[in-house]
Amino acid sequence: MSTQADTHTDNAAYYIPEPSRWPIIAVFGMFMLFFGLVLSINKMSLAGSLIMVTGFAVLAHLMHGWFGAVIDENLSGKYNGQVDRSFRQGMFWFITSEAAFFVTFFGCLFYLRNITLPWLGGDGQLATSNILWEGFQYNWPLLNLPDADTTKYVPAKEAMGPWGLPLLNTIILLSSGVTLTWAHWGLKKGNNTQLVRGLIMTITLGTIFFFVQGYEYWHAHHAMDLTLNSGVYGSTFYMLTGFHGLHVTIGTIMLIVIAVRSARHHFTEHNHFAFEAVAWYWHFVDVVWIALFIFVYWL
Amino acid sequence: MSVATTHDHHHDHHGPPRGWQRWVYSTNHKDIGTMYLFFALFMLFFGGAMAMYIRAELFMPGVQLASPDFYNNMVTDHALVMVFGMVMPAAAGMANWMIPMMIGAPDMALPRLNNLSFWLLPAAAILLMLSIVAPYIFPDGGTPVNTGWTLLPPLSVQNGIGMDFTIFAIHTLGVSSILASINIVTTILNMRAPGMTMMKMPLFVWAWFFTALLLIAVMPVLAGAVTMLLFDRHFGTSFFDAAGGGDPILFQHLFWFFGHPEVYVLLLPSIGVLGLVIPTFARKPLFGYKALVYGMGVLAALGMVVWAHHQYTIGMSLVATNYFMIGTILISIPVGLMLMNFIFTMWRGSMTFETPMLFGIAIILMFSFAGVTGVMLAVVPADMQYHDTMFVVAHFHYALIPGAVFGLYAGVFYWLPKWTGHMYNERLGQIFFWWTTISFNLTFFPQHFSGLAGMPRRIVDYSIQYTEFNMISSIGGFLFGLSHLLFLFIIIQTIRGGAKAPAKPWEGSQIGTPGLEWTLPSPPPFHSFTEAPVIK
Amino acid sequence: MLPRRDKCLSALFITGGAWLFSSMAHAAYEYNLTPPASTLTQEIFDLHMLTTIVGTIIMALVTGMIIYALINFRHAKGAIPDQEFHNGWFGRWAWVLVPVIVLSIDLTIASSASSTLNSVESHDKADVTVKVIGSQWKWTYEYMDDDIKIVSNLKKLEPTDPLYLRDVDDPLVLPTGKRVRFLLTSSDVLHNWGIAEIVPKKINIPGYINETWTHITKEGTYRGQCYENCGTGHAFMPAVVRAVSPTEYEQWKVARKAQQAQAAAEASADKVWAKAELMAKGEEVYTKNCLACHQANGQGLPGVFPALAGSKIANNTAALADHIAIVVKGKAGTAMAAWGPQLNDLDIAAVVTYERNAWGNTAGELVQPKDIKAAR
Repeated sequence: MSTQADTHTDNAAYYIPEPSRWPIIAVFGMFMLFFGLVLSINKMSLAGSLIMVTGFAVLAHLMHGWFGAVIDENLSGKYNGQVDRSFRQGMFWFITSEAAFFVTFFGCLFYLRNITLPWLGGDGQLATSNILWEGFQYNWPLLNLPDADTTKYVPAKEAMGPWGLPLLNTIILLSSGVTLTWAHWGLKKGNNTQLVRGLIMTITLGTIFFFVQGYEYWHAHHAMDLTLNSGVYGSTFYMLTGFHGLHVTIGTIMLIVIAVRSARHHFTEHNHFAFEAVAWYWHFVDVVWIALFIFVYWL
Repeated sequence: MSVATTHDHHHDHHGPPRGWQRWVYSTNHKDIGTMYLFFALFMLFFGGAMAMYIRAELFMPGVQLASPDFYNNMVTDHALVMVFGMVMPAAAGMANWMIPMMIGAPDMALPRLNNLSFWLLPAAAILLMLSIVAPYIFPDGGTPVNTGWTLLPPLSVQNGIGMDFTIFAIHTLGVSSILASINIVTTILNMRAPGMTMMKMPLFVWAWFFTALLLIAVMPVLAGAVTMLLFDRHFGTSFFDAAGGGDPILFQHLFWFFGHPEVYVLLLPSIGVLGLVIPTFARKPLFGYKALVYGMGVLAALGMVVWAHHQYTIGMSLVATNYFMIGTILISIPVGLMLMNFIFTMWRGSMTFETPMLFGIAIILMFSFAGVTGVMLAVVPADMQYHDTMFVVAHFHYALIPGAVFGLYAGVFYWLPKWTGHMYNERLGQIFFWWTTISFNLTFFPQHFSGLAGMPRRIVDYSIQYTEFNMISSIGGFLFGLSHLLFLFIIIQTIRGGAKAPAKPWEGSQIGTPGLEWTLPSPPPFHSFTEAPVIK
Repeated sequence: MLPRRDKCLSALFITGGAWLFSSMAHAAYEYNLTPPASTLTQEIFDLHMLTTIVGTIIMALVTGMIIYALINFRHAKGAIPDQEFHNGWFGRWAWVLVPVIVLSIDLTIASSASSTLNSVESHDKADVTVKVIGSQWKWTYEYMDDDIKIVSNLKKLEPTDPLYLRDVDDPLVLPTGKRVRFLLTSSDVLHNWGIAEIVPKKINIPGYINETWTHITKEGTYRGQCYENCGTGHAFMPAVVRAVSPTEYEQWKVARKAQQAQAAAEASADKVWAKAELMAKGEEVYTKNCLACHQANGQGLPGVFPALAGSKIANNTAALADHIAIVVKGKAGTAMAAWGPQLNDLDIAAVVTYERNAWGNTAGELVQPKDIKAAR
């Protein structure tokens, strides 16, 4: 029989939740979302959108309920150190899978720029491909497409440069990382005011980033003709920045939740997994942005 | 090694909840494991029915039963159902049941997440079934999904609404496996009983550890790839269209970057089962435990960097082709090491031949054969002849049916006594073994010949020179399908009754398999280890 | 040649009994890779035999070890397990020994494969260059040095015919004893032009060109198929090459060019065609190019390929221009290809006329080549 003080040995203290209705609700919401999405992109937009919105509502309810349950359990002291480690490791592996998701799109960008387009332009082993696309010259950003006929794809008029809004956004996002770390210091010191202030600053910066990015999209669409239809330059640009933007949005929502919880004194120096999970996520989003800035905007 | 504490006796302070809520709301690793296993069993018959249709259509030249598109839709969904609906859930079910018991944990690390990972599967299955019927029930449904499970554009861009359902079914399946994998890795890293060091874990746990890591790394890649496909289909992007500067081959790279590790995702859990079954029935410890663990690690790592051997014919540079060829051939090193270690485990042992052991031996033989044809296929110039012929089909069915499915059967027979508390009918089990093994070979061995003679994959109709091989193959296929009714019967029979199983149903249980599952009674209590066992 | 039933029985015997062995090493070609008919495929064939033989030896060893173990280490025989076996010298060194042995086998195979691969990829020099275009579901061959174009469609035969799904109306003709370079591409989805006797496969990718080559050593007709799933008609697009002597090839080229010139002259002539002529010509063009999708009776495949019989466009005089435009330029977002670049004015005029008058369609106009010229 174990007599060690380490909680690791005490299986009875490991909190096994009671049967829960939240997972099945999550499944239901996700199914509705996907089912509705398929209908709405296949000429059944009304029915599809309704189902999709219902799915969203179910998922919102779910997030509120499931996370609420976890918060209650946490506050009532049901979690020991081992449970906390499970959460941390779970979050770590989740972010790892997210990283793999972004690596996919970066991988595509590299493949297209370094292998596909040179070949189409007449370099390398598949040089002969250029007899199909006479006159195609490969440059990145891709402002002239292999297919000169513009019925299907319309090239962008100019490329998105890195030194205007993107640079501003880089500064904003990097400073948000700093303010978040400052909030973390506050938390570690037990200074709740610093924690809340740091979080509010981070949220503000995240929101500004969001709107700047929105303006940039608007500008790209209207002034530069850079759209999803602009060949692979537009495709990769929007795919990468779009999924990043989505993650910023989710991160900001998570930060808002954490800020509210901080204001209610939910976190202590020793028990603040939720804060750290969100902080990791936010830093991850930061790192992705730096890669984006370098490979999508700059190089 | 000895186990100081097994389990305490006040574990039943709350038993399982009653009624449907027990299953739908479950947070218990055994109940969720059971659901995974039953789901897999259902999908086995669902995917099997598709295979029966395929073999019936190919029985004779000429298109007899349904349209070519329906045929290719069945080919596509047979693969998706068997890979994502059958093998992976069955392996995940075993992981759920066994890993916490083997490492002395009270449950999985994140029980509610565990429930979510399971229940996403039925949702994905419904989406997949919708993808089959959608082209017929929705206006402008377009072509059914006729691409094969690789979903290669531009054909998949041409497909109708069914492809969208397939894409989202894959998204759902992907979320499910990523969440399950996160849970399993966390459980293995964080929930081991004191003294259960990593290098004491049963091989099955190690196998699932690498499997889960692979899934976390590559499942998002597939999700990304099908997302891009969705955008190409509906939102005007040109990732896979040369006119806009894209490349259909890009999708192949992404798909196989996922797809090749996926093969190891299917194989590794079964190799883990083998690592328990063979020592048990040879009554001596596993030969080269460390080598097997590292071998699996090397296999997983190599598996991540050789994907393009599925696409030698795409026209890569000479350097890339040579790299992928040599990398692929090198995979024979960890695989050969594993198979040899299993043979050496039998060597100078004292073997009896219960059903799991029979499957184990058959796996070693037939999987070696798949390895040999695998090396043949890895050789680029020769592969340019075999590419997309039935030879490939024969090869990967030899790899996946013995390598993955038979391993799961071995696991089922090995653990049925533990799960149900009853011994299965050994005689029926052995009949099932001989029936499946012989009919399996009858089905797929001739496909090597039709493939070498040039018969392509994924064709609804063939010229008469391939008739004999296909007839034999179809007859074998029907027998193979039929044998699974016996499998179902054995399982139901064992659940309903039979000789009472002791805590250690096998004489050799726990020789060299240091797991803690045998310290629990059969069937184990609802909550396994409410107090952690200590391993010295 | 054995009668079919005996062949069936013998195949059953071999497959049923012999899965332990790698039976592909059997001498009978029916069980082995297609016999090669070019220098390159011969080289590949030898490589295939090397890996097959190595594989067979490995399988024999593994099987032998397992059988030995099964006989000698049985509980029923009273075998006593050696609990320390894995701790002996062999247990300590097996993890080095096995990989070293496997690695040496691997390197043997890889080095041999690498040199063959170099031959496969040295496709630059060529006496004849042919562009092979896959489309749903036929092959088009363009001789790059001569102005010759061949469209190769499935020849419809009964499922009992020895050439069922193996024959085309117009095969590719190639000379023996010369280096032939193939530029593979596609007009719609992925295809794979594969004829195992003469050429290692590369896939046909839309928008890209893949290369492969051959040097045919024996005259004869070589038959292959499409080896990359291309949808509904994937099983129905055989690839056939007729390999002839260089002199016969030259003669064929001259005759073929004359024939093409005549057809072109006919099409560009300002002649006004009569309905019967157009209908006859149109049916021919339709059968060759349109039938695979829209079917012989013009009914299409519901939900996949639209019906032409009774369609609005083909029955409404006002929609004639639309009809011509769809045939010439294709229809975006569907499988309908642009036929303008592939067919001449006369062919398109004829097929449009045919579609508007056949199967009970009532639009009734005659379309002349000059109308098509105007619409291009």
